[in-house]
Parts: sequence; C-alpha cells; structure tokens
Amino acid sequence: MTNPNGRFGIHGGQYIPETLMNAVIELEEAYNHYKNDPEFNEELSKLFNEYANRPSRLYYAKKMTEDLGGAKIYLKREDLNHTGAHKINNVLGQALLAKKMGKTRLIAETGAGQHGVATATAAALMGMECVVFMGEEDTKRQALNVYRMRLLGAEVIPVKSGTATLKDAVSEAMREWTNRIEDTHYCLGSVMGPHPFPTIVRDFQAVISKEIKEQMLEAEGRLPDAVIACVGGGSNAIGSFYHFIEDKEVALIGCEAAGRGIDTFETAATINTGRLGIFHGMKSYFCQDQFGQIAPVYSISAGLDYPGIGPEHAYLHDIHRAEYVAITDEEAVQAFEYLAKTEGIIPAIESAHAVAHAMKIAPTMEKDKIIVITVSGRGDKDCAAIARYRGEEIYE
Amino acid sequence: MSRIKNAFANGKVFIPFITCGDPDLVTTKKAVLEMAANGADIVELGIPFSDPTAEGPVIQGANLRALSGGVTTDKVFDLVREIRRETDIALCFMTYANVVYSYDAEKFINTCKEIGIDGLILPDLPYEEKEEFLPLCKACGVDLISFVAPTSEDRIAMIAKEATGFIYVVSSLGVTGMRSEITTDLPKIVSVIRANTDTPCAIGFGISGPEQAAKMAGISDGAIIGSAIIRILEKEGKNAPEMIGEFTKAVKTAIMA
Repeated sequence: MTNPNGRFGIHGGQYIPETLMNAVIELEEAYNHYKNDPEFNEELSKLFNEYANRPSRLYYAKKMTEDLGGAKIYLKREDLNHTGAHKINNVLGQALLAKKMGKTRLIAETGAGQHGVATATAAALMGMECVVFMGEEDTKRQALNVYRMRLLGAEVIPVKSGTATLKDAVSEAMREWTNRIEDTHYCLGSVMGPHPFPTIVRDFQAVISKEIKEQMLEAEGRLPDAVIACVGGGSNAIGSFYHFIEDKEVALIGCEAAGRGIDTFETAATINTGRLGIFHGMKSYFCQDQFGQIAPVYSISAGLDYPGIGPEHAYLHDIHRAEYVAITDEEAVQAFEYLAKTEGIIPAIESAHAVAHAMKIAPTMEKDKIIVITVSGRGDKDCAAIARYRGEEIYE
Repeated sequence: MSRIKNAFANGKVFIPFITCGDPDLVTTKKAVLEMAANGADIVELGIPFSDPTAEGPVIQGANLRALSGGVTTDKVFDLVREIRRETDIALCFMTYANVVYSYDAEKFINTCKEIGIDGLILPDLPYEEKEEFLPLCKACGVDLISFVAPTSEDRIAMIAKEATGFIYVVSSLGVTGMRSEITTDLPKIVSVIRANTDTPCAIGFGISGPEQAAKMAGISDGAIIGSAIIRILEKEGKNAPEMIGEFTKAVKTAIMA
C-alpha cells in the first residue's frame, strides 16, 4: 500500500529536518534489505514465538456475546503478549533491525508507558542502551511503568515542554535523534512520523491481522464481519486491519478517544475533529487551530492522547475503507469495567475504547455476524487511574 | 536584484533571528528596526509554532511566550507591513511547514509577496518535500531557503544545485541553541557547496556571540544568530531592543573585521 515516496494517497512523506534525512534513508535501505532476508525473518519469528508469546489467542467471548445478544464476539488477546501489549511486536522488529544496522542505542517516546516498557525490554534482551522520553504528565499518570522501564535498565527522561504528554515526548525524541544519530536508532512506537516508519511499524504489527485471519478461518471457516481496534497513532489498529484491507466485506473500525466529547476542546479524536496538516514528519489529519497550532488534546487514556493519526489511517478514511468513531472517557471506563466483570479480562483503557464500540454495535447485528475486537493491552496499569475516575483515592 | 542577493553583494552578512511576539509585537518591531539600523543584512522573523521540533529550549520558550501572548499568523503579517514602511532590509520568515500549509499555502505565500517577505525558511521541509511549496514560492519570487546539515554528505551537491536565496548551513547536530564549540568540518561542507553553486551560504545553529560569528562568517558568506538574541529578550523583555541593537553592531563589526 505504500507508494515509493512513502505516501498513502496524499498522506505521509518525510517532513523532517535535513539533519535526519540520511538517517531515514539509511533506515529505509536497511529495512528493504532485511525484510526479505530469510535469516532476519527467522530470527524475528523466533523472538515473536518464544519470547513474546505469539501467536496471541483469538478468544471467543461467550458471556459477552450472550449478554449483548447480537453478533458473536471474539477478542484478539494482544494483552497476553510479553510486556502486556501489542507494542512488543514492533519493538522486537525495530530493535533487531537496529542491531543489524550496527546501532547500539535505542531511543523512544512513550505515552501510557507500554511502548517505553517494550523498548526497554527489547534493549535489555539485545544488550542495547535505552533512553525513553515520556511527558511529565504521563510519568505521573503511569508511575509504575516508569519504574518498570528503569528496572529494565532504561533511562526515563520526563518531558516538560508543551503539554508534557505524548506529542511532546515525540518532539523531544526527534530532537534527541538529531543530536545523536551515528549509534542511535529512534524506535518510533506507532505508525506515524516520517517515511519509512509508518510502513515499518505497520509491517511488524501486521502479524495481528495475519493471525486473526488464520485463527478465524480455523474457528469459523470464514472471515469476520467487523474488526474493531482503538486508534491513537494507530499501530494496533493498522496491525489488526492490514490483512483485511483487500477483503472488502470485512468492516474496519477504528475507535478514537473523544475524551470529554468531540464537541468539547478536551478531546483527542483526530479524524472526527481534526483537519489536514503537516506535523511530526508526516502529512495527515491533526487536531489544530485555524493557524495550524497543534491542539493540546485530552483523553483519559495516555496512549490515545495524541493530536495526530498515522498516514495510512488518514488514507483509509479518505477512501472510505475504514470508519473512525469517537468514544468518550465515560464510555471507555464503562467498557473497562464491563469486560472485567463479564469476561474476567481487564483491558487497557486504550483497548476499552474498542470494547465500548463493540458494545454499541453488537446488539444491532444479527447473531450470525462476527466481530473481532483487538484487546491491544492489559489494564493493570490503568486500575489506579480508573479508580480515581470513579472517586476512589487510590494511588500506585 | 532581490533584497537577499543584494545583502550578500556587500561582503559577509549577519542574519539575526527573532521570534515575533516575544514578549509582544511592539517589542519585535522595535528590535527589528534596531537590528536594521545596526548592520544586520537580513532579518529572520520567526512565526511561532506550538511544537517547534528543531528548536532547543531557548527558542522553544520564545515560541510559547509569543503564542500565549496571542500572536497569530495574521498579526505577524500586519507586523511585517508596519516594519516594511520603515526599512528595506531583506526579511525571511522562519517557521514550520504546518503554519504555511494550514493557513492555505497559496494564500500564505501570496501574502509574503504582497507584504515584502523575501525568503521562507522551514526546518521541517527537506529537499524531498520542497515541491510542497516551491512552485508557489517561485511564482511569487520568494526564495525557499535550503538547508545543509553536518549529516548531509552525499546530498550537499544535489541540494546546492537547486538552492536559491542563500543556503542555511547547520553548524552542528541537534537543535538550535548556543554551543561553546562547533566541531563540524564546515570548511569542507562549504567547499562542496561552492563547487556546485553560486548561491551564497550562511552558517547558523549554536553561534553564541561576535567572536564565533566572525569565525563562521570567515568560513562561509555569513552567520545566523538566534538563541543568543532570544536570551536578551528573555532577560530584558520590553527593554531588549536597544541591547539587541548593540549586540547586532558588535557582531557585524566582528564579522567585517
């Protein structure tokens, strides 16, 4: 789906300082070489299976299906991966690639901390140095993940600039990369940023839809009617969608964070409230004001609290291949509680946005229809914050 | 002859940078006029952006102060109209691609022409993406300034061959901000540029004062200073213009010596 110049329709591109151009060209050349290298793929697949616990389960949520009384619901359990989220798929791929390129140091941004933890994990495994940039606000919301990263040997740098959240962590990681390129790979955590990142990250995450397809064919002998995933930058969503893009009968639904509502300023729903722009290396949709100043977005979910969306999603939206809906904090929290009580699975608050949408549409669908929800991560990290949202003063 | 060409026709140039609206637009206007009166050859006017990814902490701070003071692109255009009534100095905008794109690039660049802006400097628009704005810039006679970085290596010739106005040579890796020492092999970079084009080049990023500026201008055709000027504004606020004038004079004297 990627054009040679890194475009998805009009989106994507390489809007970055000249200082970084040779670094992304070097990365693209290395990736183009290794993605077809049998040895690289064998190593990666071994890491996926033996280290990250792939393939992740496709679980039939019987109680939830019966309770909602409509479409049959399956959960793609990315929460059962090592480190507790889909982020490890991309990180193992990029860390292995970086190592092959002779890099000895990984830098990364993180929102909820899941990508930072995954990067710190891969760095520990592969004997690489690791520095993670995290918005100061997020280091408070996700204090346990900060400790985890340090435990894994990474240095965590709280970012105080701007809104002190994910977008500022991305900006700071980019600044650090321009400062030190020779030995450093920027392990970007989502399908965003300059080409070739949106393609590389999507390819490493595409294992999710590859497995869903195989597992669904085995379980039901047919493809699902809908695949639902949450979208911040959009890596678990594109991973869940990718192998279904050509299967036009499968509805692809991305769930954005509406925060306190898309009619308020406290939202992070990019497709629903943003417009075309150029930021963080790519052309895509962004939440911004009339003069192009990037909006200080908000969501209860640190992982979806980002003012942009990956360029391939922007393209899928333009051609009406995927639909992007907005889920409020309250709806996501209700889904978080619902899945815990109904299935005994505590999803990440990010993933709960996808669960919330399935709860809306499943009852409206016939019983012979099938929905797959990607549970992108587990929710242990969110318990204290959700308790506080419900008025219980619990701190980690 | 364009104002930028003219600026380089009279020996080594000094290009000071200022973020518009830090701390307010009246101060910016006074500072620009002080720069012009004290020997600046081209002034780089920063249009503030919420997320300036190529800037170090000093200029990031200026961007945020300006935005919280309510500065918008339209207000910066009005400022330039006022400045243009009082000086014929070459003026370039320095901002980020989204500020231009989001305004409507055609409207933005047409306005540049109308109000007398001579060049556009966008640190997040590399060679590969310049077609985004280049046709519009060409149509309006506004130079889209090209960057060469310490990591450009085999890209220098390609960039230099198509560059107009002047080439912005980034002195060091990393973001803007003062450095005590610049270690890049700049003479080598400049010699590759000169082998490929007649377009002049000026060095920026990390230049802290007159002495370093003189050294950088000695290697190239000029020196660009940003953070050191923003520091004066940070400290002196509305009283900064006069001191910026003195600083400009000191730098210009040093690079002409």
